[in-house]
Amino acid sequence: MNATISLSRRSFIIGVAATAGGLSLGFNVPFIKPALAEGSEAAPEINAWVVIRPDDTVVIRIARSEMGQGTLTGLAQLVAEELNCDWSKVTTEYPSPAQNLARDRVWGNFSTGGSRGIRESHEYVRIGGAVAREMLIAAAAAEWGVPASECTARMGMVTHAASDRATFYGQLAAAAARMTPPANVTLKDPKDWTIAGKPLPRLDTADKLNGSQIYGTDLKLPNMLNAAIRACPYFGGKVESFDAAAVAGMPGVRTVVQVDETAVAVVADTWWRAKTALDALPIVWDEGPNRQVTSASIAAMLEEGLGANDAFVGARQGDAGAVLSAAGRTVTATYAFPYQNHATMEPMNATALYTPERCEVWVPTQNGEASLAAAAEAAGLPVQQCEVHKIHLGGGFGRRGNFQDYVRQAVSIARQVPGTPVKLVWSREEDMLHGAYHPTTRCRLTGALDADGNLTALHMRISGQSILAAVRPQGMQNGMDPVVFQGLVLSGTEGTLGYTVDNLLVDHAMRNPPIPPGFWRGVNLNQNALYVECFMDELAHAAGVDPLAFRRKLMAKHPKHLAVLEAVAERIGWDNPPAAGVHRGLAQIMGFGSYVAAAAEVSVTDGQLRIHRIVAATDPGHVVNPAQVERQVEGSFVYGLSACIYGECTVNGGRMEQENFDSYEVLRMAEMPEVETIILPSGGFWGGVGEPTIAVAAPAVLNAIFAATGKRIRTLPLKNHDLS
Amino acid sequence: MATLIINGTPRDIEVDPDTPLLWVIREQIGLTGTKYGCGVAACGACTIHIDGVATRSCALPVSAVEPDQQITTIEGLSPDSSHPVQQAWLALDVPQCGYCQAGMIMAAAGLLMQNPNPADEDINAEITNICRCGTYNRVRAAIKLAAKAGEATQRG
Ligand code: FES
Ligand code: FES
Repeated sequence: MNATISLSRRSFIIGVAATAGGLSLGFNVPFIKPALAEGSEAAPEINAWVVIRPDDTVVIRIARSEMGQGTLTGLAQLVAEELNCDWSKVTTEYPSPAQNLARDRVWGNFSTGGSRGIRESHEYVRIGGAVAREMLIAAAAAEWGVPASECTARMGMVTHAASDRATFYGQLAAAAARMTPPANVTLKDPKDWTIAGKPLPRLDTADKLNGSQIYGTDLKLPNMLNAAIRACPYFGGKVESFDAAAVAGMPGVRTVVQVDETAVAVVADTWWRAKTALDALPIVWDEGPNRQVTSASIAAMLEEGLGANDAFVGARQGDAGAVLSAAGRTVTATYAFPYQNHATMEPMNATALYTPERCEVWVPTQNGEASLAAAAEAAGLPVQQCEVHKIHLGGGFGRRGNFQDYVRQAVSIARQVPGTPVKLVWSREEDMLHGAYHPTTRCRLTGALDADGNLTALHMRISGQSILAAVRPQGMQNGMDPVVFQGLVLSGTEGTLGYTVDNLLVDHAMRNPPIPPGFWRGVNLNQNALYVECFMDELAHAAGVDPLAFRRKLMAKHPKHLAVLEAVAERIGWDNPPAAGVHRGLAQIMGFGSYVAAAAEVSVTDGQLRIHRIVAATDPGHVVNPAQVERQVEGSFVYGLSACIYGECTVNGGRMEQENFDSYEVLRMAEMPEVETIILPSGGFWGGVGEPTIAVAAPAVLNAIFAATGKRIRTLPLKNHDLS
Repeated sequence: MATLIINGTPRDIEVDPDTPLLWVIREQIGLTGTKYGCGVAACGACTIHIDGVATRSCALPVSAVEPDQQITTIEGLSPDSSHPVQQAWLALDVPQCGYCQAGMIMAAAGLLMQNPNPADEDINAEITNICRCGTYNRVRAAIKLAAKAGEATQRG
């Protein structure tokens, strides 16, 4: 099926405060805008997405941020596919957030989170490529005086077969830029793709092999100073006083500044000297109102919510309460998921240059427009007088999107040394103590089984923290946080529950401890998959039925959920016994628009867990680069298993206890299982890839641990449990 | 005040002797390929070679380096990314965000220098660098590929 899209009918809706649901983007505005001469080379911009230089180099503009997930390569593939250019000539560049603003958001949304990089922009970037292709053809046709319909574009060249003429794109670009964009373009059927859909190598690998890739922490600007910062470690606390004079004479120190109410920074010639002085700086904290808060007090708060009367309903079918109270046999279990830190390998950082007229920021960001807004606000300048230069990210995982605290800090420091660029880099300790933590929730699940072992009712009571309430209140619906129910709802395209339960209630008692929560790769799907998938295993066990067979019975109306589950079961050999001492577990969920499943093989010897093998399957609808999908899935298990085995930020005295990787352990090479990825794109929809499979890592492994040991682990991380 | 040999070139540096070698490399020498990840020798992002031995530079005071010791950073591993480890990394497209990868590559190159044909257990024991993007399985495959390439060179 080819999709013909009329460029004039669609409207362009600007949504500066994009909500979780995303924003709609039309296509007329981008392409009727006059092209701008770009950059020092002034190569012609065919349209906002495509610049072609005289040497045939194709520069594809990428609005979303590359943080390792491969979206830069994938988006370029989509544009190049429609452009019919020579892939070997493709390079990429980021347009800046201020350019986007100045051009009526011609590149749409810059936000890169929720596994949306490709699934939300595939259509308009493909249109960008197709429009540019048609303009190149039109330019050639005009030059040759032949009908455009007789010309074809292939491999970066327009050909008119009848007169045996051909010209490279580079020769046509200047004329093409002046052509009127076509009113309609037809996008290719994905089955005809030759660039998109292929496992092409990433475009950004070479510089990562020899130290030449520049990250935010590596930035050098003329006369630049370096800043180290310490914010009050107590949540809700602030600076009471500090003794700048005590460190003023230390080597390299230029100034000691307060940053907003909460932090103190030392500015020095080098970062190491700034940090050394900061370590020596006497600071008195106003510890704020949360000194009594501990992990135990938070657990008690959530525990209370498990039995509370009031709760927001996320999914309801039949009458779970009535069936459960009348049921002959019920099964109940309570699970818990702790705080996690994103722990990107590159700590938070931003560089700012402020003058009373202008503020510029260089920052690795998942959302350049949010960075720009934060910079303008902190600078006290109109946004038109600010600019953000996006830098390649050393990991994002959700930490560098909504939360622009480091940008505000950098600008606040730069305002105190106007005219001099200042690079602010957080220490790992600062990064650990000032996260936007994966929220903590608990879940009590109660299921009713009839005499034949069928699940007749299920109540999932979630108690705990809402991310939206803290960071995006405009996304709340009458006080309810809909994102809490990721993967558990009954309708929609984002993530529905894969089971039919006639009497179902999923509800949420919101309990918000004073710890800042955030979107952490996988978001609430992580714990929801853990809850529902481990409990399915408990129910199957209670019913005396094989966990796969038990699930199958509930999944007849959910063929896509079932397909990925069946795929991993088959590949792991579910119907055949595993090797001696090896045990298996399964899990499936839908999230970020994709259907995912995992099967794990583990052994537990003298209490020592070994994860031998993971088989994962994903159905994201369409696949733009299968090699990148495979890497994302593989990597997602490192993230998910790190959380499962080690991840836990504990609160004591109103602050986090873990300050570095020595106390916040993560998965390393020796524990990494083999991961086999099955990609099952069933077409017809576009799902995300970077996040969903994280969520099935822990439940598949915990179910396998139960098979191995008979122990149900219901609280993460595993390191707190004795498996012997 | 002190001289270090970095990537074959003697460099004079003026710095407090307690300064970790990492920050001398990054801020005095200006070579930023070597990364800061933890500062407590727990993550491996700062791995360099000292006389061919993979070493975490973030917790090593510059004063502990002898003037005649050869320091090699990612920038000096090869002039043109032709080191077998870099080539294997390219062939398997190992990096994701890439931030940990300089340390990974230096650790892998160090391992292969000591043990040209490492078994899985050797890789597990020696490559303890953290990668949050999750490239471990590709790192392992690339080490094996580089080992094979090294073998071929030796035989050849
Ligand atoms: S920065 Fe040196 S080991 Fe982490
Ligand atoms: S590639 Fe991103 S941390 Fe390893």
